[in-house]
Amino acid sequence: MNTQKKNSPLSMALIYLFLVLWAVIVLFPFYWMILTSVKSFAAYNSEYIPRFWTPNPTMENYASAFTTVPLGRYFFNTLVFTVATTGLMMLVIVPAAFAFARLEFKGKNAVFAFFLSLMMIPTELVIITNYVTIVSWNMRNTYWGLILPSVTSIFYIYLLKENFESIPNELYSAAKVDGTSDLKYLLRVMIPIAQPTIVTIVILKVIECWNSYVWPRLITYDQNYFLVSNGIQQLRESGFGRENTPAMMAAVVVISLPLIALFLVFRKKIMAGVSRGGTKG
Amino acid sequence: MRGKNNWKAWLYLAPAILFLAVFMVYPLIDVCIYALEENYSFAQGEATGIGLANFRHVLADPDFVQAVKNTFLIVVITVPVSTGVSLLISLGLSSIRRLQHLFQTVYFLPYVTNTLAVGLVFMILFRKTEYSDGLVNLLLNRIGLKTVDFIEGPYWAKMFVMCFYTVWAVMPFKILIMTSALASVNPDYYKAARVDGASSFRIFRKITLPMISSTVFYLIITGFIGAFKAYSDEVALFGTDLNAAGMNTIVGYVYDMLYGSSGGYPSYAAAAALILFAIVFTITYINLTVSRKTVQYV
Repeated sequence: MNTQKKNSPLSMALIYLFLVLWAVIVLFPFYWMILTSVKSFAAYNSEYIPRFWTPNPTMENYASAFTTVPLGRYFFNTLVFTVATTGLMMLVIVPAAFAFARLEFKGKNAVFAFFLSLMMIPTELVIITNYVTIVSWNMRNTYWGLILPSVTSIFYIYLLKENFESIPNELYSAAKVDGTSDLKYLLRVMIPIAQPTIVTIVILKVIECWNSYVWPRLITYDQNYFLVSNGIQQLRESGFGRENTPAMMAAVVVISLPLIALFLVFRKKIMAGVSRGGTKG
Repeated sequence: MRGKNNWKAWLYLAPAILFLAVFMVYPLIDVCIYALEENYSFAQGEATGIGLANFRHVLADPDFVQAVKNTFLIVVITVPVSTGVSLLISLGLSSIRRLQHLFQTVYFLPYVTNTLAVGLVFMILFRKTEYSDGLVNLLLNRIGLKTVDFIEGPYWAKMFVMCFYTVWAVMPFKILIMTSALASVNPDYYKAARVDGASSFRIFRKITLPMISSTVFYLIITGFIGAFKAYSDEVALFGTDLNAAGMNTIVGYVYDMLYGSSGGYPSYAAAAALILFAIVFTITYINLTVSRKTVQYV
């Protein structure tokens, strides 16, 4: 349907109309959240019929979002969680992918097949025991309790292994002849060459961490260790008095911004990465 | 040299194996044990026997029955709707030149947003409070319909918001995958068909659809799996007490049994999780069988 067909002007107009309609459906919630966040509390509550514009935008909701609830703290926690989880995961999966891609050892195929079969296991099935494990290690309301269960991903090991394998083996043989150690080879040659894939994995993991909700909810009940998702849920259920919707929306804007910024900067990378390895559908 | 490499390789694999053993393999065995231990709870601490009582309890629990009903409704509604609409949008996208990238970028935006956060915005848009009927109701009134409370009102209204939000949230992934599948169809086929004077609809039926059928099935399969695991979207719209709202899902039931005001019963949670796994596994198996019969691999 690409280039060849000459659609009639009418059908082109209909196509654009349809596409614009969906774009409006996608964007409207974002518009509404920003608009509501700059309406003053009084103005918002006096609008029985919600208005699409506000004559007097105010930033006071943003101030109260940070002062009434520890939004800054939630932010900091999420940042620590995201950076630590992603960092640790890379330390776990890069060597594993390297071993599968380049090293020879007994039982390699069996271990790899076993890894792949584990990919089928849904989180819901293992989360029960993981919860009990973390509780028994006294790690509730700690960063470690949040981080530890999600520092491996078989899927990313698989993705990276495929990428490592596409690097010509001659390089490895040459390096061996020169007496370069495996570790040095991995750090100096393989990682730089596989950098695009590594960046993709990092970005996908960051998105996943930033938005994670279920595990943090199980593991934290102390506000000091809430991540942004849990903070939002807390806000909804008890924060800001009952009805300070504008302040709530201000918090929502603040929470959504980092990922939207990340997306706008790495748009191509993220979309290419998701179409290769994303799941959420 | 070879022997040396051998233990070194295991050293590289050690962290991954360690984490997988502790947080994946052991829990997998443990969840089966939990599911079979009768009358076990965190408070009790001791099981009274081994058997299928947990499964019987879960299957007879009205909350679970409601959760299964909700989950199936979500699956049956959102998977066809999102797959169909994403196909239409992708077809639209691939037939335009100008603004194509802009549209693609916009459509992808929901993928990177926090489900809980945007869910709140949807709640505000659909909610009816004493101060305001909300924006959606305002629009409904304009076209002559009555105000409905979508968040705390009738079941069909809540289910509607639920499915609407789910579709909104899963579309980016589907549009992205579908668009790249359409772009990879060899243009020569279209040229040949057009020379033969085939109509657009016929070209779609006879060329486009068969060429992208494996992608469509992939999206249907992942869509089923994702929709069966629905949970966070529900929390965003209706709060954490989903049983009270009558909007719980199977995954929600598992977590509620584990933690929260109704929690402390890992055995019930384990039984429900295994039932979910069995359902998803069966449906995926059926999907794969059907797709093997219909999909044309080119």
